[in-house]
Amino acid sequence: MKFALNFSDLLPYWNVILAGLIFTIVLTAVSTVVGVALGTACAWARTFGPTWAGAIVRGYVEVIRNTPFIVQLFFIFFGLPALGLKLDETTAAFLTMVINLGAYSAEIIRAGIKAVPAGHIEAGDSLAMTRFEIFRHIVLKQAFQKVYPALSSQIIIVMLGSSVVSQISAEDLTYAANFVQSRNFRAFEVYVVAALLYLLLAIVARFILRGVGRLAFPKG
Amino acid sequence: MNIRKIALSLSLAAAAAAFSAGARADALDDVMKAKVIRIAVPQDFAPFGSAGPDLKPVGYDIDMANLIGKELGVKVEVVPVNSANRIPYLQTKKVELVISSLGKNEEREKVIAFSNAYAPFFQGVFGLKDAKIAKPEDLAGKTVGATRGSIEEQEITKLAPPTATIKRYEDNNATIASFLSGQVDIIATGNIVAAAIAEKSPGRAPVSKFVIKDSPCFVGMNKGEDKLLAKVNEIIAKAKADGELNKISEKWLKAPIPASI
Repeated sequence: MKFALNFSDLLPYWNVILAGLIFTIVLTAVSTVVGVALGTACAWARTFGPTWAGAIVRGYVEVIRNTPFIVQLFFIFFGLPALGLKLDETTAAFLTMVINLGAYSAEIIRAGIKAVPAGHIEAGDSLAMTRFEIFRHIVLKQAFQKVYPALSSQIIIVMLGSSVVSQISAEDLTYAANFVQSRNFRAFEVYVVAALLYLLLAIVARFILRGVGRLAFPKG
Repeated sequence: MNIRKIALSLSLAAAAAAFSAGARADALDDVMKAKVIRIAVPQDFAPFGSAGPDLKPVGYDIDMANLIGKELGVKVEVVPVNSANRIPYLQTKKVELVISSLGKNEEREKVIAFSNAYAPFFQGVFGLKDAKIAKPEDLAGKTVGATRGSIEEQEITKLAPPTATIKRYEDNNATIASFLSGQVDIIATGNIVAAAIAEKSPGRAPVSKFVIKDSPCFVGMNKGEDKLLAKVNEIIAKAKADGELNKISEKWLKAPIPASI
């Protein structure tokens, strides 16, 4: 079998691939920040929040963690218009990513919160700290420190999972790869390039996350 | 059948074909004498022809075959074929006509004869009934959905003005879903797909706005059957004039016969 690799066929499409790469980076960055914030709020609701809020969060987490990402995406993009809520594919992609990461990170952060010794919270109480101060300075800080590696992994998983948004015509890196493949039929070369770009993204993301972790939770 | 038998029958068929071309009577005369016409129809290509509830083929092409039979005043024997064997069926005289969503191209024209067009088959731009779109330029500033990699998607990418947005979906089902859910109001697709959408959702039926690539269907028959060809063309012209063809088109394709046919 003879197969000539021809990466030069990709050159005319470099701007398509670059645009897709940027979309994936922005999608991941925004949904990481908003999703982890949502997850933190949900973790608070389930541990220190009122019972009704905890119950709502519990339902949300169960639904999202037990359904496939693509089904959530299709429901929001194709399903919600039937209820009168029409979101374009970019909004739908961002929203699904945030909702998905929110549910997973809520459970990860909650695990961290549960691991904070009760004595630390009581110590905060005896120092006359407010509930918010205790949560912010004592609980959350220790919780994030403990679960930071797990949270980083989840962010990488969500970034790689974002390739699914190409199915609703959101123009991410996978969409770009599929598009180029439909034009020059160089499937091998296109997907090798796409895979390498995802690999590079994941390595860079890990690097950044580690840096953020060192700054936010210095050892000692 | 072993190789020798096949070779023998092939050479016999070739000899018979060569002989009959000169000496045999016209196929139309044979049909009128036998009071039966054999017509090849598709069995796996809805809405042109597919197995009905009782496994008998139904569809546009079957209705067309029956219409021709009725006009000739003979019985119709439909022969289910697929797209690979429909022309061999004709060449080996197993059928007199092929009505099997057959498109015309140069290679086929070398081996068989074609009637006038009897059914529309095209890729085009479809939109809601009152959308004012008549040419690619009218898509300026609008959003068009299409299935990535399809002929219509590649063509509309070239035709549409730069201000038009093209949403490319993974497959036909996603394109259909995007139209039905209202994510896009304009799609580039085939008239068969548009008919399938119209069938499922009459309230949001896509209406043809302009044609991207036209390849209508023709009735195929053997070369040299000039009387049969003239008769078939006459029947098609009559059916067009008295609205019979339109009725078949509305029934199976949910759209009237376009002016180009």
